[in-house]
Amino acid sequence: MAIESAEKAGPKRYQRARQGISTRQRVTEGAIEWALFLAGASSIAITVGVLSVLIYESAGFFAHVSVWEFLTGTQWFPQFDPPKFGILPLICGTLVTTAVALSVAIPVGTIIAIYLSEYAPHRLRNILKPVLELLSAVPTVVYGFFALSFVTPFLQLFIPGLPGFNMLGPGLVMGVMIIPYVSSLSEDAMHAVPMTMREGSYGMGATKMQTAWRVVFPSALSGITAAYILGISRALGETMIVALAAGLEPTLTMDPRQPAATITAYIVQVSGGDLPHGSIGYQSIFAAGLVLLLMTLVFNVWGYRLRKRYREIY
Amino acid sequence: MPITTSESNNAESKKPDIKVSGSLVSMDPSKTKADVQNLNFWYGENNAVKNLTIPVADRKVTALIGPSGCGKSTFLRCFNRMHDLYPNTRYEGQIILQPHGLDLLSKAVDPLEVRMRVSMVFQKPNPFPKSIFENVAYGLRIRGVCDKAFIAEKVETALKGAALWEETKNRLQRPAFNLSGGQQQRLCIARALAVEPEIVLFDEPTSALDPIATGKIEDLIDVLKERLTIVIVTHNMQQASRVSDYTAFMYLGQLVEFNETQKMFVSPTNPLTEQYITGSFG
Repeated sequence: MAIESAEKAGPKRYQRARQGISTRQRVTEGAIEWALFLAGASSIAITVGVLSVLIYESAGFFAHVSVWEFLTGTQWFPQFDPPKFGILPLICGTLVTTAVALSVAIPVGTIIAIYLSEYAPHRLRNILKPVLELLSAVPTVVYGFFALSFVTPFLQLFIPGLPGFNMLGPGLVMGVMIIPYVSSLSEDAMHAVPMTMREGSYGMGATKMQTAWRVVFPSALSGITAAYILGISRALGETMIVALAAGLEPTLTMDPRQPAATITAYIVQVSGGDLPHGSIGYQSIFAAGLVLLLMTLVFNVWGYRLRKRYREIY
Repeated sequence: MPITTSESNNAESKKPDIKVSGSLVSMDPSKTKADVQNLNFWYGENNAVKNLTIPVADRKVTALIGPSGCGKSTFLRCFNRMHDLYPNTRYEGQIILQPHGLDLLSKAVDPLEVRMRVSMVFQKPNPFPKSIFENVAYGLRIRGVCDKAFIAEKVETALKGAALWEETKNRLQRPAFNLSGGQQQRLCIARALAVEPEIVLFDEPTSALDPIATGKIEDLIDVLKERLTIVIVTHNMQQASRVSDYTAFMYLGQLVEFNETQKMFVSPTNPLTEQYITGSFG
């Protein structure tokens, strides 16, 4: 019955199609195409805009401070007279907090992803995943306050002499914040591994754990790498937690128990009005921003190449 | 009436008419590798395999044929308890592995142990994202074998057994994905052989391959049956007649006819079998 009525309706529809596309449709199509193009182009325009502002303002900064001094100096004291602009302490603070965060987020995130993808019953997975993603919906200022007023005092119970401001506490909290980024994307990647892969492994007599680690994980490696890289970028760029709880003290140290300032925290500090607008100190935040941008760029490019290398072929 | 549904309607109406000739082979119990007895299998409420009783001859090739959805793959996957991976599945009946009389479907038997003795080669080549060497070594590694020399020897034997050694001996450390489809499928066979299984299950192993690669796999099956028992599901009638010693024809989850391949293809006793073999349906 359904087919008969469809046949009756058929010729009419074809008649309309044969008459060609109406002018109104043509205009709408053209407008949509333009709108889509503009949307795509805007992202490029914004990136170029941000980059040019950064470079322009940094140029003003580098007119006063040599690039060599900036990149190799071990002291960062913009308020001093004469000011010292050695970015290394800030880079160091950024890398240490990032490392602490990743040491939490990558193992925990990966294990969660494996559990959700390989072990959890379907219904549990559908509940747990969104709940986990809520972790990233918590405002970072809340996390920062949590690091400062709960995690650090808690850590002080175990690490005697731990200063109230340190990199460990905010680093750990940042790690918790990043877990959902790592676990959610990794889980997506593992879930997308075709069942035939798993069956191949189970068919050899492998256990669930062996299948998950030796077959599913490497099969999903490209997606998992992407998840890790996103986590790294997120940690490098995280501002509020470290600004609140890490101490805003540019110290060149690899010891996470020490207070330090990250690039982002410094930018916040200066933007908040610590240094007069237009001064070299103020311009230094653009140079610092440029360094941060380059760092995340390096990680993104690296991630892109890894992704290409471990591209899934199934 | 819409044409598309006529086939399934036909199938529905034929359902009560299947005359089961059943097993026309009386096999000496000492020559069987596995005895399938009154096997029923359910996906939830769906009785996908119905009351199957077939002897699987030792070191022979048994082919399972039948139209799509007749339950032949489902039946094959009972042999290594593959259905245990999915919820809402249920077996009934027995598959007795000879000569020790182990019931593969018994709840007391660990499916991992079953799969170590009954390997499987899948429809689509599914090498792991590892090197050629590690793919073949996989079964040994998951059994906790660490002896490097032993593993290397087993890998070589398995690759030779799968007629892949000459092509791969100089690039064992290269990713398995670099191999062609036919080579990948032979790699999967090598992987299955490396653990020295007693039975190897082939689930339409050549349906994704070109005729030349298919020929190689068929030749390989011929050689393998000298030391292993093989059960193969195939859609290809010529393949069944070329490689198998016994053939079971299934339809709608039931066994219609089971006979020596020669006899079945020359003079099928059941009209349904004849129709299927000659290609008038399915």
